[in-house]
Amino acid sequence: MADTKNIMIVGVGGQGSLLASKLLGYLLLTEGYDVKVSEVHGMSQRGGSVVTYVRFGDKVYSPIIDRGQADVIVSFEKLEAARYLEYLKPEGTILTNTQEMDPMPVITGAAKYPERLIERMQEAGAKVDAMDCLALAEEAGSAKAVNIVLMGRLSTYFPEIPEVKWIEAIEACVPPKFLELNKKAFALGRG
Amino acid sequence: MKNLMLGNKALARGLFEAGCSVASSYPGTPSTEITEEIAKFDEVYAEWAPNEKVAMEVAFGASLAGKRSFCGMKHVGMNVAADPLFTASYTGVNGGMVICVADDPGMHSSQNEQDSRHYAIAAKVPMLEPADSAEAYEFAKKAYELSEEYDTPVIIKMCTRVAHSQSVVEPGERVMPEPNPYEKNIAKYVMMPGNAIRRHPFVEERTRRLIALAEDCEFNRVEMGDTAIGIITSSTSYQYAKEVFGDKASILKLGMVNPLPEKLIKDFAAKVDKVYVIEELDPVIENHCRVLGVEVIGKELLPIEGEFCQNLLAEKLGLDVPSCRKLDEVLPGRPPVMCAGCPHRGLFFTLSRNKCTVLGDIGCYTLGAVAPLSAMDMTLCMGASISSSHGFNKALGEASEGKTVAVIGDSTFMHSGMTSLANIAYNQSNSTVIILDNSITGMTGHQQNPTTGYNIKGDPAGKINLEALCKAMGFNRVRVVDPYDLEACNQAIKEELAVAEPSVIISRRPCALLKYVKHNKPLKVNKDKCVGCKSCMRLGCPATSMKDGKIQIDTTLCVGCGICKQMCKFDALENQ
Repeated sequence: MADTKNIMIVGVGGQGSLLASKLLGYLLLTEGYDVKVSEVHGMSQRGGSVVTYVRFGDKVYSPIIDRGQADVIVSFEKLEAARYLEYLKPEGTILTNTQEMDPMPVITGAAKYPERLIERMQEAGAKVDAMDCLALAEEAGSAKAVNIVLMGRLSTYFPEIPEVKWIEAIEACVPPKFLELNKKAFALGRG
Repeated sequence: MKNLMLGNKALARGLFEAGCSVASSYPGTPSTEITEEIAKFDEVYAEWAPNEKVAMEVAFGASLAGKRSFCGMKHVGMNVAADPLFTASYTGVNGGMVICVADDPGMHSSQNEQDSRHYAIAAKVPMLEPADSAEAYEFAKKAYELSEEYDTPVIIKMCTRVAHSQSVVEPGERVMPEPNPYEKNIAKYVMMPGNAIRRHPFVEERTRRLIALAEDCEFNRVEMGDTAIGIITSSTSYQYAKEVFGDKASILKLGMVNPLPEKLIKDFAAKVDKVYVIEELDPVIENHCRVLGVEVIGKELLPIEGEFCQNLLAEKLGLDVPSCRKLDEVLPGRPPVMCAGCPHRGLFFTLSRNKCTVLGDIGCYTLGAVAPLSAMDMTLCMGASISSSHGFNKALGEASEGKTVAVIGDSTFMHSGMTSLANIAYNQSNSTVIILDNSITGMTGHQQNPTTGYNIKGDPAGKINLEALCKAMGFNRVRVVDPYDLEACNQAIKEELAVAEPSVIISRRPCALLKYVKHNKPLKVNKDKCVGCKSCMRLGCPATSMKDGKIQIDTTLCVGCGICKQMCKFDALENQ
């Protein structure tokens, strides 16, 4: 459907993409959209490449985002951003954390971690918004808050949704004892 | 109020609202969350059973007693539960009985891609197939009515994309049905030949009545659009078809996929110029159409293997596919790996070091097959490690006995390993069985099992003692090792392979991801001592990598298990 917006969240199993998709799902539903959020559980969680699809609009049919369809790819890790580049719409944006995590073929020496990934994605014509989310998350108080730093940045892509709505969604999705930390991470990401 | 709900959660909500009283399941991706969610309702008795056959028989017993019951499983679980299914079709039910089977096209987390619709056809029971969470919720409620009205178990078929997608649901209230008191009925429930012979015609008549229902029911609907193209579809394929065609095609959406309607399909086909059948996996609807004499286009165009998606349909049906860009280089893959601190790592390293032939099983530890450990020769199905190693050793005798092991997790052992172990005890092969006891069902996301001492709600429960069980079967050699102790593992494996009798090694340490497991501080690298020999890297731990010719440790991942330290001859890895 032409009016459906597509956000892909990609990263490494265990990085916290589940909270990001929960937050987006809550936010978009309360904004009155039809929403579908799709993820794969099970084997891929074990340190593998993970992907979550978030789709919203008047009426969403397919639960997944296909190649060439993503308006935004939110990536927790640089290599994962490159891996899913082909899912990006020609006019879409890659929002990526600049963190590098070696996959097993790199650890065992069977492959090298690719160089200049951000530049090469740009050379391929993609709009890339790269930021050191790990540093900002640590500044907020925990390396685990990378997900909310990314959500803070993502919030600037949707000026039609007021900041207060995002904050309300964080309050609804995050346990009270981590609320201040996450609000700080969101503010740092939003800039 | 509108909620965003996982398909599995929505299904559980529907079961709950329809008055489900007893739920028994064995976990399996992508079905697990249904039973986890229903266990959150205090009004429902829910449990993890040791396997799917047991679960289905528990659900049958509850139905016999007059209560609405449920059991859930992944597609391969249905193979295990097939025995009760086929005859429960003959007996029918007392209280409504709903079975959920979740297929995994694309094999995100499975060992095969079987199509569960064949079970509904073979067992002659109705099968409903929701296409999103709202339908999962609705169909769960309707399934109980169908079960009681037609005196049959009802199967709801999910797939990964319905089970693990969240979409909008508006839940309601729990409404308890009229009770169905238990009455003894030998002719209906004692399936010996004389009675079963009389029940079979009932089953055939029931199917005829269900076909009549399929012609005009709320599960099947026609959405007329442009009549140049007609599409017959179900499940998530319906969503892809709507995404691609909108109202530029007419669609017959089937929510009841067994039995299939006849007149409805013929009438639909007569209204459109050309009919496509869009269904994942096997050509079940397609073959049905051909038997009816309806000309359709199906698997000659669309694959039997794997999942569908919107671009695949667009491409195969001659529509525009969005353009995309990619880097002109093959990027290093990121396969799933054993976690940092995984207790299986030390054991599999030991098997690799001893060049063992390893007959494996189903669980996280199947990752022992992945490089650099590559310590697995076979994985087939639940429990096959033990039975196959017995067969392997019987076939090769001394040539294999001294180097072949079976490895099986605690939950998988309870599921199907015990009977295999009984075969070794009975028919006496000189086999070595390693039970990887990590005190949880790991791969499906931490479910309790009969060896953990806790039930599905996390409350204390019965706990089966693995050592006592193996000894009771007649194994004289049963020993326990800590997989964090590489030397102890090496010694145990060498000794048990050397002896001329069957033995069991229990490799025991809880999964490192369990909340109650206390972790040590991450190790640190003494850069002066590290010579960059990469000996520790042979373990394939995701917390280790090489930087500037020296080992480095990712302190966010390392749990201080210390097995890499045992690999280092230069004392370069130190505790903090």
